[in-house]
Amino acid sequence: MMSDLRDWTIASASDALEKGEVSSVELTGAFIEAMEAGRTLNAFITETPELARERAAESDARRKNGDARGPMDGVPIAMKDLFCTEGVRTTAASHILDNFIPTYESTVSGNLRDAGSVMLGKTNLDEFAMGSANITSYFGSVKNPWTPEGANANLVPGGSSGGSVAAVSGGLAIAATGTDTGGSIRQPASFTGLVGMKPTYGRCSRWGVVAFASSLDQAGPLTRNVEDAAIMLQAMAGHDPKDSTSLPLDMPDCRAACTRDAKGLRVGIPKEYTLDSMPAEIQKLWDQGAQWFRDMGADVVEVSLPHTKYALPTYYIVAPAEASSNLARYDGVRYGFRKDGASLDEMYELTRGEGFGAEVQRRVMIGTYVLSAGYYDAYYVKAQQVRTLIAEDFKKVFNDVDVLLTPTAPSAAFFEGEKMDDPIAMYLNDVFTVPASLAGLPAISVPGGLDTSGLPLGLQLISGVCQEETLFRAASALEEAAGFTARPGEMA
Amino acid sequence: MTYLIQGETGDWEVVIGLEVHAQAITNAKLFSGAPATFGAGPNENVSLIDAAMPGMLPVINEMAIEQAVRTGLGLRAAINKYSVFERKNYFYADLPQGYQISQYLHPIVGEGVVTLDLSDGSTRDVGIERLHLEQDAGKSIHDQDPKRSMIDLNRAGVVLMEIVSKPDIRSPEEAGAYLKKLRAILRYLGTCDGNMEEGSMRADVNVSVRPKGADELRTRVEVKNVNSVRFVMQAIEVEAERQVEVWEDGDEVVQETRLFDPNKGETRAMRTKEFAHDYRYFPDPDLLPVRFDDDFIERIKATLPELPDDKKDRFINDMGLSAYDAGVLVADRETAAYFEDAAKGRDAKTVANWLTTNLFGALKKLDKGIGESPVSAIHLGELVGLIEDETISTKIAKDVFEEMLKTSKAPGDIVEEKGLKQITDTGAIEAIVDQVIADNPEQADEVRGGNDKAIGWFVGQVMKASQGKANPGQVNGLLRAKLLG
Repeated sequence: MMSDLRDWTIASASDALEKGEVSSVELTGAFIEAMEAGRTLNAFITETPELARERAAESDARRKNGDARGPMDGVPIAMKDLFCTEGVRTTAASHILDNFIPTYESTVSGNLRDAGSVMLGKTNLDEFAMGSANITSYFGSVKNPWTPEGANANLVPGGSSGGSVAAVSGGLAIAATGTDTGGSIRQPASFTGLVGMKPTYGRCSRWGVVAFASSLDQAGPLTRNVEDAAIMLQAMAGHDPKDSTSLPLDMPDCRAACTRDAKGLRVGIPKEYTLDSMPAEIQKLWDQGAQWFRDMGADVVEVSLPHTKYALPTYYIVAPAEASSNLARYDGVRYGFRKDGASLDEMYELTRGEGFGAEVQRRVMIGTYVLSAGYYDAYYVKAQQVRTLIAEDFKKVFNDVDVLLTPTAPSAAFFEGEKMDDPIAMYLNDVFTVPASLAGLPAISVPGGLDTSGLPLGLQLISGVCQEETLFRAASALEEAAGFTARPGEMA
Repeated sequence: MTYLIQGETGDWEVVIGLEVHAQAITNAKLFSGAPATFGAGPNENVSLIDAAMPGMLPVINEMAIEQAVRTGLGLRAAINKYSVFERKNYFYADLPQGYQISQYLHPIVGEGVVTLDLSDGSTRDVGIERLHLEQDAGKSIHDQDPKRSMIDLNRAGVVLMEIVSKPDIRSPEEAGAYLKKLRAILRYLGTCDGNMEEGSMRADVNVSVRPKGADELRTRVEVKNVNSVRFVMQAIEVEAERQVEVWEDGDEVVQETRLFDPNKGETRAMRTKEFAHDYRYFPDPDLLPVRFDDDFIERIKATLPELPDDKKDRFINDMGLSAYDAGVLVADRETAAYFEDAAKGRDAKTVANWLTTNLFGALKKLDKGIGESPVSAIHLGELVGLIEDETISTKIAKDVFEEMLKTSKAPGDIVEEKGLKQITDTGAIEAIVDQVIADNPEQADEVRGGNDKAIGWFVGQVMKASQGKANPGQVNGLLRAKLLG
């Protein structure tokens, strides 16, 4: 057993399991210990050690019989607590889902289970995945493992998949699932030095995933490296007739696409992604990324996505609008938290007033407002039109380039307490990730380097619809060039 | 015939539009795959999707799309090859998702027409504005517990077709005729069983009034959820009268939703416009727009049955029925089929007469539908056949028919068993005639003396003596020959 659990990747674990160097029970046991020892991170809402041991034993038995199911079999992973898991409490980090135990398994978590992976527990997140710092969870904030010793406050892990990145980055799991609506996989990956990948909208089924904004929500992997992301995505994705928006296509072999070769690749640098307020070191890393591609023989060109500046306001109309409707089902009538009232209306008010946190309530109110009679055309309809323009921008650009290179987030991880009283400042975290979400495009954050205070910074690559192979090829090359090996606790 | 309300200031005309919610006959609910059968125990037909569990997603039931298209074709309506499901957002305890998935800006069926068959045999066209698909809500039950309400989600998610008429209806009678005709069309198509008692067809009635001859439309009131043809007619009558009074009192009718109370025979305000919901419609992001091609429509068109209007035309033009009889017979698909089976190879008009006067009357007394008729269509046809070939007289046929109602036996067997076969043997009839003349010399002299009418008395006597079996024509001929010849 490796002394530092952070050395394990899906690929290395799969290899070691296959060679019999370690059993899944041993590997899982080690991660369960780490999970328990790492509770200060508050990465998990629900730990499922017994279930994990059971599945690990099943995996070992399969392998013994020569029935191993592929590279995920026996690999201990963490599950974002937005995926409904059969018989295991599912919270969406909200009070309103109190003691909700699904009788069903989401398609994505089911796919991972069927691939043999071992679920260690359900990870913390922003309530209903609404947030960029994992500070809106009913179960408390998540601590970024990169928090410097002696600091007065904790660094946030990003959000909303904060628990998942904390678990992987802190060595409590080999990989984790995330969901990304406007950047909830990529931004926390950037904040914790991990790879976070959001596939094309429709690649991963949304069936059984607690909905935030249906037209944007996509599941994806959070891993230590690009190859792991490809392996894990392969297990998660696939057509699902239970989700009408699921793509009726097979996932291409993304692992094989990780060639680390960028020769002849056409890389676009969208000029509109340069922000006045952007820290110099982000710009510097971005420039460095472009240079790496040039050095590898790629064709790097400046491109224009003229409607980029409208992406964030568009997102903050579309996502809350859908959320306001998606969250209407949490009414205290059938499951979850209920606070009785004298009338049905009062029961709704008390239940939803207490059951939802402030950020969720804010978004439900924004969403209700933009859909209201008299405002619908000015907000929602207009936003949908702009969304189409944004998608067309991308479509045009991908006639000329294979991938786009941008920063993942406008800053490194910040301290808990910062940006807390200004929702707009918090929403700006998503400025680079939201456009690809609106256009339904695959995108990946790859660790690029460290800022001057030693915190990780990610670079984002975006490709055209269903061009995951190209994306993984570019990402593997970028990873190779960046050579990022830093780990939390080893900061300068 | 114009329906007018006599007010104090003059005559008022009523303007009516109907929104009918028809539950489509489907293999499952609109989006969940759960069964949509009536009569299951509380919450037995509920899937995870119907209960709006977290992360559950709707998937369109293709049969619902087919049934909507089929219905649209039956309403001679425009079929939209592109339609969109939207969410209608509001909170209620029996609406698990917090929104109803419905169609709003882009319904699956556009404008069409329903032809009314009115009681005087005339027809009148009522325009159809649209037909859209939507899911039903569940049911709240408030009378089982003093403090709590119970929710039954069996109906939640069941496929409804909302069929909206244009405001073309002008009287309670027309509204009744519209509902009956619509129901007949749906039943012919097999897209809705039209059963209003079980709630598989419900109507919202939009009513406004205006002075006779005016073109403007005045404020309309929506009377919600009226669940029988009779109540729809009553609700229109009382609501229109109420509105006339309001206007004539110098007040304004307010736009509102009202409920009809059949016990008190009045409508009551449910909610006014200020409290109207803002439904915040927007396209459901969980579903893709519905698209299909002309082939899809053509394939459904090829399976359409003959519809009431076409059948009625055929009954009139090819079978010689009156417009009234044809209208009555086609109103119900089963009756029309019964008629066609019975009329095969017989005189259609005679069969229609037997059906509308004798059988309908008998069934009404027995409180049975045509499907449960003790007299089968084949047997009724045979009975008419026995009259046609003079095996029995029409009078004897009525007795045979009574026996058929009681025993369900074939008319030929009854005639055989009871020896009711008409006597057409001239010799046998002549013997009876001679006997009757011999027994009644005075009356015979009267006839001979020129009292033609008295011959009818002799016919009656001969028929009596033959127990009704003698052929009346032959009897008449023989009597005339013997007494007057």
